Amino acid sequence: MKMTQIITYAEAIQQAIQNAMDLDDGVICFGLGVTDPKGIFGTTLGLEKEFGKKRVFDMPASENAMTGIAIGASLNGIKPVMTHQRLDFFLLAMDQLVNGASKLHYMFGKQLNVPITIRLILGRGWGQGPTHSQSLQAWFSHIPGLKVVMPTTPYDAKGLLLSSIFDLNPVIFIEHRWLHSSIGEVPKGDYRIPLHSALQISSGKDITIVSMSYLTIEAKKATNFLKTKNIHCDLIDLRSIKPIDWKCIYDSVERTGRLLVLDSGFTTGSVSGEVIARVSMDLYQKLKSPPSRMACPDFPEPTSYALTKDYYISAGDIAKKITSILEVPSEEIDNFLPKPAPHDTPGDYFKGPF
Amino acid sequence: MKQDLILNLYRIMKRIRLVEEEIALQYPKWEMRCPTHLSIGQEAVAAALSMCIRKDDFAVSTHRGHAHYLAKGGSLKSMIAEIYGKSTGCSRGKGGSMHLIDKDVGFMGTSAIVGNSIPIGVGLALSAHLNFTDQISCVFLGDGATEEGVFYESVNFAVLKNLPVIFICENNLYSVYSPLEVRQPKGRKISKMVESIGATSLSGDGNDVTNCYRIFRNSVNSVRSGLGPYFIEFFTYRYKEHCGHEYDNNLGYRSVAEFETWKKRDPIELCKKQLLETDLSLIRKLDKIDQIIKEEISDAFLFAQNSPFPEPQEAFSGLYADS
Repeated sequence: MKMTQIITYAEAIQQAIQNAMDLDDGVICFGLGVTDPKGIFGTTLGLEKEFGKKRVFDMPASENAMTGIAIGASLNGIKPVMTHQRLDFFLLAMDQLVNGASKLHYMFGKQLNVPITIRLILGRGWGQGPTHSQSLQAWFSHIPGLKVVMPTTPYDAKGLLLSSIFDLNPVIFIEHRWLHSSIGEVPKGDYRIPLHSALQISSGKDITIVSMSYLTIEAKKATNFLKTKNIHCDLIDLRSIKPIDWKCIYDSVERTGRLLVLDSGFTTGSVSGEVIARVSMDLYQKLKSPPSRMACPDFPEPTSYALTKDYYISAGDIAKKITSILEVPSEEIDNFLPKPAPHDTPGDYFKGPF
Repeated sequence: MKQDLILNLYRIMKRIRLVEEEIALQYPKWEMRCPTHLSIGQEAVAAALSMCIRKDDFAVSTHRGHAHYLAKGGSLKSMIAEIYGKSTGCSRGKGGSMHLIDKDVGFMGTSAIVGNSIPIGVGLALSAHLNFTDQISCVFLGDGATEEGVFYESVNFAVLKNLPVIFICENNLYSVYSPLEVRQPKGRKISKMVESIGATSLSGDGNDVTNCYRIFRNSVNSVRSGLGPYFIEFFTYRYKEHCGHEYDNNLGYRSVAEFETWKKRDPIELCKKQLLETDLSLIRKLDKIDQIIKEEISDAFLFAQNSPFPEPQEAFSGLYADS
């Protein structure tokens, strides 16, 4: 067993890039702010000093061209890791992602590989508002040829990022801003987590909860509470949104007969919709109740502190939903899992500004 | 300029022309079932560049990419087979006329999206820079692509990092059927605009192949020796419709007079005239060149027509590269 350490999610990301750059001279790291004093919430600190300006650099505010430049370099032995401080900024690069990165391997008869990793950070709360908070994993999952991962823990963040960087395909690596400060046990050095494997966090016979990214943190609080009420949940953290670990989901639903999917994206056209569609089609006979989902409403995230109060899904909401699916009482939930206050930060330590 | 060199330029241009003419001739049999953009009239730029760069240099191009692919040394048989959708095609039938590739000669792909391959070419130049090689990257684009934001972004980064890249703009005056005057301000000089971004920029007659050659010889040397990116705007003209095998002067988006003016300055006829003015007896040599090319083209079409289609199941493979 490798030596482990207790570090933050942000430090785990930094270590993954550092290890990858150590292992392979072809790995480069760039993005707006990568070399600035804050180093993308600490995730790129020290890399320029260690590996030099040629391999670690800030970039022009040219998201589309810089994605194409990453693609071009990747065709000739370079493994770019590109970072955007918000997913929303990356929307300028959809042409290069959708018409380029995702297509080249297939379209040119398997002769080109595009080993690029694109880190996208999701904002939430603290007034991030309509264009700093969009969780668009469903868009990326819709495009054949892309891989999409959303790690929840520091351990998974490092292991999945190392796998993403050394994967031969384009990978969209989505980090939730509210996870950067979370801590966990992380091995030193190189280890890889496969890009198609979900993680079963807890086992229970009553219901399957399929979750992703920060919502898994809320789901854990909910399922821990429900355990004290003798309700036992299979909690699955997807980790990989595409390819998705259908076997893990199907095995669980076959056992529990019930499904709740938690999705950080908007409701319509969401990943949760896809999970429910497939489970309904393939496991219809096994289901004891209709599958359910909790996703963001089909409205942009508003900015005001007052307006976000009911916008996001909290542990209490999840617990209530589960009790309603199981048709059991829910009175104590508000006492044990009250709405977080303030509701718009991951903790009192977080004062934004972004 | 040496006669052998001009003969070579003639041969490369004529090969592209005769390939394209054969495609136009065969197209109405409807066996080439993909959008096809012919380069007839625009052969000089590609031919001239090909005499100035190395096999291991990179090139990327556009939907109108046959000339660039062939000039860089791409396999003729594989290209024709690709347009026919055959398994022997350069993209195994998954790309068609607009997605040509021949990695063996550094031709790294064409794109059907205007401006899409420009940053990819810059990225290839970045890889050469990172790998400490002296390869250069050649980015073909049209006048329409200079209106895309990604063009500006790509030139900006290439200048910022002093990358070994040549942007080659074939200005044929039209984006599909839209003339320059509805797309760019009156009096705009594209090369001047790009100069202001910081690339060494110039413009030239894209139908005079020896002129193109001189421009490329200097610019390729400069870029290869590390003096930073070049942008060259060449004025030229497409004879055929935007997409397809026919002439389209009947549509009325351009005047017959304009068409005839450009045709009088046909790059191949100009080159032929230049050769024959020095030595009339070269006519036999030119005929021989044409004959060899025609045989090669005939072989390539036979190869493509006789090649098998890919199995339908192939549609469902090759999505991800295996580690």
